[in-house]
Amino acid sequence: MYDSKLVITGLAIFVILMTFPLWYNGGNAGDLPKVEKPTNYKQCVEDAAYMRTSHMVLLDDWRDEALREGKREKVKAGDIEVEKSLMNGCMMCHVDKAKFCDQCHQYAAVKPYCWDCHFVPKETL
Amino acid sequence: MDMKRRKFLKIAGLSTIAGIGAPAAFERLLNGEVPTISHASSQSESHSESEKPTGKRYGMLINLKTFREHQGMAEKCVKACHTVHNVPDFQNPKDEIKWIWETPYENAFTSKSHYYKNEEVHNNDALVLCNHCDNPPCVRACPTKATFRRDDGIVAMDYHRCIGCRFCMAACPFGARSFNWRNPRGKDEKSGRYFIDRATYNKEFPTRMRGVVEKCNFCVERLAKGLQPACVEATGHTKALIFGDLNDTNSEIRRTLSSNFTIQRKPEAGTLPSIFYIL
Repeated sequence: MYDSKLVITGLAIFVILMTFPLWYNGGNAGDLPKVEKPTNYKQCVEDAAYMRTSHMVLLDDWRDEALREGKREKVKAGDIEVEKSLMNGCMMCHVDKAKFCDQCHQYAAVKPYCWDCHFVPKETL
Repeated sequence: MDMKRRKFLKIAGLSTIAGIGAPAAFERLLNGEVPTISHASSQSESHSESEKPTGKRYGMLINLKTFREHQGMAEKCVKACHTVHNVPDFQNPKDEIKWIWETPYENAFTSKSHYYKNEEVHNNDALVLCNHCDNPPCVRACPTKATFRRDDGIVAMDYHRCIGCRFCMAACPFGARSFNWRNPRGKDEKSGRYFIDRATYNKEFPTRMRGVVEKCNFCVERLAKGLQPACVEATGHTKALIFGDLNDTNSEIRRTLSSNFTIQRKPEAGTLPSIFYIL
């Protein structure tokens, strides 16, 4: 192999740089996001574990059911009934987007484009 | 053999084409698949009376006579619709967004030419909106199924899926679709005026974003709550707009349709519109 010294040192530097965030943080994933839950309501439409992993699937299903199939009957969440809607359903209990949605979305570095069209509660357009 | 290469290639090519094409053509002719007379689209796809329709099909009857008697009511309908659905006003006809609007008679009814015309009918604008066609060309054109025909006859849109290709706009013979060239939530750079009026906007209905097509949705969100469409509500008790189920023989719209002479826009396009007009 020609220039083996140069190539191997180059590769080593590359690997060290690429894995920098891993070993610098020593396996610590940072502070977990703190989500502010609604105080007046105890139960969501599904259990917390499902909502944490699959709320986006649920939202997509709701959208297709309401929009395409016209199935707009309300969904039970404990004692109350919720509209199949992000704006007029979810956000009625989870009133603060910044303290609820954004917490995890920032931590997971995802940028959903819900709010390009949908309104945040108390939002002035 | 005295044959040039050029000539040989010509004959070989022609015989290949004949060999491939002839059997298929013969088969179709022999089986009688090719009709001897071709029909215009409007004839072959008329609303057939023999087939009994099932389910709902929402439609609307627009009485232009009543609109002429109540000048200014059409503007009220437009305002009501555009406020309820957060339709932006860019104040520029080039990127105008409209769900329901007024248009000159000859633009609305392009095939209805008259030699001695009724001045009153011709000089007044007609209220037009998406025709919620039974055979919607926009739905066929959409590559992502962002626009679709619901079981109740409403041609609706899912803005999440729209990629802004504008095929539907090209396909629609009525110009009922508008494209968001600009961000509807933005404001005018010079005057600072917001495109959606912040004093009156509807917080229960989303806006759209830049790069999607939008159109009238027959107020599906209001129908789900048992309300009438916003434009119908704006006409009050004048009966200028009658909304209802076209498949229900006892509905008000069907009774009015059977007792009046009505026309549709561009029936020759064969899209089977659900909007009817009394001139």
